[in-house]
Amino acid sequence: MALLDVEDLSVTFARRGQRTVHAVDGVSFSVDAGEVVGLVGESGCGKSVTSLAIMGLLPKQPGLRVGGKAVFDGTDLLQLDDRSRRDIRGRDVAMIFQDPLSSLNPVIPIGLQVTEVLTRHRGMKGAAAEKEAAELLDRVGIPDPKRRLKEYPHQLSGGMRQRALIAMAVACQPRLLIADEPTTALDVTIQAQILELLKELVRDSGTALVMITHDLGVVAGMCDTVNVLYGGRVVETARRRPLFREPRHPYTVGLLASVPRLDAGRGERLNPIPGSVRDLLPWADGCAFAPRCARRVDECVGEPPALVLAHDGRSYRCVNPAPLPGTLPPPAAAGAAPAAEAPAGTAKAAEATAGPVPAPREEEKP
Amino acid sequence: MTESEFLVEVRDLKVHFPIRRGVIFDRTVGHVKAVDGVDLSIPRGKTYGLVGESGCGKSTLGRALLQLNPPTGGEVRFDGVELTTLPAGKLRSMRRRMQMIFQDPMSSLDPRQNVESILTEGLQAHGIGGDRDERRRIIGETLDAVGLPRWALSRYPHEFSGGQRQRIGIARALVLGPELIVADEPVSALDVSIQAQVVNLLDELQDSLGLTYLVIAHDLAVVRHISDIVGVMYLGALVEEAPSDRLYTEPIHPYTRALMSAVPVPDPDVEDRRERILLAGDLPSPANPPTGCRFHTRCPWAQPTRCADERPALRQIGGSRVACHFAERIASGELRPHKVGVQLTRPLGEGEEPHTVSAPTEPGSYV
Ligand SMILES: Nc1ncnc2c1ncn2[C@@H]1O[C@H](COP(=O)(O)OP(=O)(O)OP(=O)(O)O)[C@@H](O)[C@H]1O
Ligand SMILES: Nc1ncnc2c1ncn2[C@@H]1O[C@H](COP(=O)(O)OP(=O)(O)OP(=O)(O)O)[C@@H](O)[C@H]1O
Ligand code: SF4
Ligand code: SF4
Ligand SMILES: [Mg+2]
Ligand SMILES: [Mg+2]
Repeated sequence: MALLDVEDLSVTFARRGQRTVHAVDGVSFSVDAGEVVGLVGESGCGKSVTSLAIMGLLPKQPGLRVGGKAVFDGTDLLQLDDRSRRDIRGRDVAMIFQDPLSSLNPVIPIGLQVTEVLTRHRGMKGAAAEKEAAELLDRVGIPDPKRRLKEYPHQLSGGMRQRALIAMAVACQPRLLIADEPTTALDVTIQAQILELLKELVRDSGTALVMITHDLGVVAGMCDTVNVLYGGRVVETARRRPLFREPRHPYTVGLLASVPRLDAGRGERLNPIPGSVRDLLPWADGCAFAPRCARRVDECVGEPPALVLAHDGRSYRCVNPAPLPGTLPPPAAAGAAPAAEAPAGTAKAAEATAGPVPAPREEEKP
Repeated sequence: MTESEFLVEVRDLKVHFPIRRGVIFDRTVGHVKAVDGVDLSIPRGKTYGLVGESGCGKSTLGRALLQLNPPTGGEVRFDGVELTTLPAGKLRSMRRRMQMIFQDPMSSLDPRQNVESILTEGLQAHGIGGDRDERRRIIGETLDAVGLPRWALSRYPHEFSGGQRQRIGIARALVLGPELIVADEPVSALDVSIQAQVVNLLDELQDSLGLTYLVIAHDLAVVRHISDIVGVMYLGALVEEAPSDRLYTEPIHPYTRALMSAVPVPDPDVEDRRERILLAGDLPSPANPPTGCRFHTRCPWAQPTRCADERPALRQIGGSRVACHFAERIASGELRPHKVGVQLTRPLGEGEEPHTVSAPTEPGSYV
């Protein structure tokens, strides 16, 4: 049994007079102690909502519905009352966000914020708590920690704030840490420092880490297992190497072909995925990626593609996956090639949706 | 007059912003040296990529080049014409030939204007296209070039996706028929799959229209992909400049090396093999940059002599220009990197009392 088992998690936002948003639509994944599990995908695919739902931090607004389970060490986090959730949060489960400033209290010195966590979750008080706080700041690479304890968040740089937040997350020695784009707002050299810090935490304390990011490079360097999300569902799950070496889901294939790489030459044209994430087919009507998919066949539309379980824990949600290298491609299905097939003209045709699939487009509110 | 190989030549460009303090007596207490002595040249029809960390002065340099920020000193020559001393009227007509594309297409487009009026505005301002039909034709061609459908004309910016909005931004720049385009973080607000579409579009437009680009970005992989020459900035100055392939295969300056090694590559095999040069600490404040070599507080190769008190000039080394006293000995491997202790860096505006703002009621309640 994994440390955290998320099963069929769904989150919908309903608002009167507006279409119901299925932000998360049946997401399942699991995380073991000492494991780094990645959630990747483009803007709006439901990464943050997934993590907030697990943590019980979604804004309590009318029309919000959360379904499914998130079982942490035998307890379903989604069924907890506020009090017990607050106890678990911080003690066993912690979260860090993209913007450290929004999760630090601006009018309380850093030190007090760290010692407060220590008092609440580890029962430490006074000088002992202060000493431990300084040690934590030191451990995450904040210079001159004793003095830093008295400073306010705005007196620290972005990188130092993110460290302070990690220090607070580490303070309660959580067994599970969820990091939502922890380095997206930071420069690459600072990002490298923070990622190293997170790796150390996993290595030394056996913390399970859920790493949310849109950066495939970060995934390649950090994650043991990767879940690729599209339109609120996990469309592919694989261990790190197989995912990068032989992606099966056409969306994963497309993502990998669109990222410019530092070690590729000048002038190599990228192969973008045509259209944008707004060209979504509701999952109920078929594959959400169908309006942009180069491998689309007739079976893709009508009902949602089922999850296919392959060997060694891989799975993908696709009826016509990319062939494994070395195997014969399946016989080309007639009518399978939408206009998007030809990469050459894609920039021109780029955002024009190909084919007969009705795609909600400009009508949506951004 | 023979045409120079370079469309843009920048010499010893400086942009300093005064730091003011005090409510009653508005006095200048110092300067942020956002750009502090930059030399660079952009060949016609090529792309110059400018990289560096947040706050190193990339945008300020781009804006100064277009005279959108008045430079504090130095020269900017565009097609042989010195811009810094050009009278306002002449500058206005030069502006048509140099256009800018911004990071966030939404905030740079007026939400109340439809696409047609966004595009017509520039044409009218510069008196291009004699009559309505002529303007229609130019606009139509521009839409085709950036891959937007004709029906886009009657729509408003919020009706488009991020990638399409960036296309509108590019169309607005292109419609005037410019020779130089300064693109400030043109793709950093976009999703990966959309980024690739816009990068390819910029490439195609350069091929078909012979445009010259200055592309500013913090994403080194994007810059590598589209640039012929890359300049690396640190605290207001260039530390290294080289042809794109050379910079990435043989970075010489310690900062360039650290920067390259920090960029994640989407390939587990590469990631597991790489050695990272982890820099200690943050970027020092440009209001109070370190003496000597500005990188010496974080440089793993820093030496006891010269680094702390003598500012290195950009020198030609092999096919690169490098600002480091010890470049040759670092390149040859004679000097080895060492560990650097973290020094404290503070955000600008340090030391003021925190304002009381609405705050979570419990300390640490967010964790
Ligand atoms: N409070 C809310 N009310 C209504 N819709 C919401 C709310 N929060 C999120 N959504 C919607 O849920 C979907 C998923 O959002 P989410 O923030 O999880 O995306 P994400 O994958 O984290 O994207 P990003 O990479 O941009 O952070 C989006 O379509 C978003 O508009
Ligand atoms: N109008 C201004 N007045 C005062 N200081 C400024 C002004 N514009 C920029 N600066 C300062 O100049 C420095 C360089 O800013 P600039 O925006 O050029 O950096 P950048 O390299 O583009 O960074 P980023 O990657 O964050 O966009 C920063 O320290 C910034 O605070
Ligand atoms: S199910 Fe069909 S449309 Fe969806 S990703 Fe697979 S091939 Fe493409
Ligand atoms: S001059 Fe000295 S401090 Fe500066 S980059 Fe070279 S070795 Fe490092
Ligand atoms: Mg998010
Ligand atoms: Mg900038």
